[in-house]
Amino acid sequence: MEDLIQTNYALDTFYFLLMGVLVMFMACGFSMLEAGMIRAKNTSEILTKNVALYSISCIMYLLIGYNIMYIDAGGIFPSFGFMIGEENTAEQIINGTAGGVATDHSERSDYFFQVVFVATAMSIVSGAVAERMKLWAFLAFAVVMTSIIYPVQGMWTWGGGWLMLDKVDGGLFDYQDFAGSGIVHLCGGAAALAGVLLLGPRAGKYGPNGEVHAIPGCNMPLATLGMFVLWFGWFGFNGGSELKLSNVDEANAVAQVFVNTNIAASGGLVAALLLARAWFGKADLTMALNGALAGLVAITADPLSGSAFWSMIIGAVGGLIVVCSIVLLDKLKIDDPVGAISVHGTVGIWGVVAVVFNNGDATILGQVVGILGIFGWVFIASLIIWFALKATIGIRVSEEEEFAGVDISETGIEAYPEFQQG
Amino acid sequence: MKLITAIIKPFKLDDVRESLSEIGVQGMTVTEVKGFGRQKGHTELYRGAEYVVDFLPKVKVEVAIDDGLLDQCLEAIGKAANTGKVGDGKIFVTSLEEAVRIRTGETGTDAV
Repeated sequence: MEDLIQTNYALDTFYFLLMGVLVMFMACGFSMLEAGMIRAKNTSEILTKNVALYSISCIMYLLIGYNIMYIDAGGIFPSFGFMIGEENTAEQIINGTAGGVATDHSERSDYFFQVVFVATAMSIVSGAVAERMKLWAFLAFAVVMTSIIYPVQGMWTWGGGWLMLDKVDGGLFDYQDFAGSGIVHLCGGAAALAGVLLLGPRAGKYGPNGEVHAIPGCNMPLATLGMFVLWFGWFGFNGGSELKLSNVDEANAVAQVFVNTNIAASGGLVAALLLARAWFGKADLTMALNGALAGLVAITADPLSGSAFWSMIIGAVGGLIVVCSIVLLDKLKIDDPVGAISVHGTVGIWGVVAVVFNNGDATILGQVVGILGIFGWVFIASLIIWFALKATIGIRVSEEEEFAGVDISETGIEAYPEFQQG
Repeated sequence: MKLITAIIKPFKLDDVRESLSEIGVQGMTVTEVKGFGRQKGHTELYRGAEYVVDFLPKVKVEVAIDDGLLDQCLEAIGKAANTGKVGDGKIFVTSLEEAVRIRTGETGTDAV
């Protein structure tokens, strides 16, 4: 029996780490998607933001973020501490006396799995503010976002705080969010929206009479690669969020999550592609890419309870919503080069609401309170930080630098020096 | 001598080259260019928003010939590049004062 417990622990830890590695690769997906959807003259800078934000997320979440979210966590207000707690011992696991965050798997694997989610939330922001935000202002925001803003609202649910899903354990609202349509994606979308509102649109995006000028992305193969890498990584994102694999029920649950995640992305892509064809007259590839991601975001709040068919529907509705949201945001002059606010914010809300269709534990009240709580906190906190940055070091490059491309002004490295035309 | 400068639709380049070869034209210079005429540009939709393509891709063919070949050349290019639709392009003819074959130093009609 002891051997079996140890083997299960090892298997669950291995599974958890492997899923974490898949999510880690989503950082690559975001980088490629963003590099493809912007203009060539801003490519090196967006890549710099992506590699730096990933690393900053890992450091800040190690130092204080994880501690806020999981250690001595609860209620509304965070308790501050440092680092990520003690590892489980074999004796604790066998005797069932492990008192830390993780009891089925290694504490370190728990930090690892959680930290790649933080990086995902932060990656969402970089796409929305692309092509015009100062590199160092963005990275300064990343420090605050990954050490405090994200962990506080994450603690509210996953750390056993006031939004927590289990009323009997002292939660108030039964907010259900399996892998983070709200906690990760809406969070990233809300922070991005706050940044874009203070930053303003790219020069030339909107005409004086309200007309919208498209600024086509420079590299569709990269954007497509990025979408597929994200889709690939999402199996870890949702599959790992089952947290355990080592018995028949858990293994079946993980398999269901994989299937539902996959079919939701498919539904989202096809729905967005069809809507774009009907609405714009041609098969807009970028909308199809956003549609797949919208399907993934939509199913993330509950990829387990529903059938595969239901998951396809939820993903497809996400695909329809994302196309409408992108067009609507443009009408409101909210300039988001890659559609991050629509994919992760708008569809994140849909994903959280859609939980009530299949999950009997979810209530519409609980889900709405979760949305309002997460969006309210992240949006307002982000707005304050962006505003402080704007008032001090500034968040936007000069008009001249924007025209020449931030590759030159921020990194000094052109992404395509041999044949770059802007 | 004349210099013929023809702006044509890119997909007609092979036809134009073949028909010029048939009447004995021995060389040409081809450049990828962009521009607009009566065809004007057109608008495309990207993520639901319009963008205007002002300059359309064309191919510029330059041929230097002896005066005697001029009519045949104009006919050959005109036939080969014609689709009957707006945007087929134009042919310009200019007088050519001198030509030199660099390798041999030949000049005038010997050089074209």
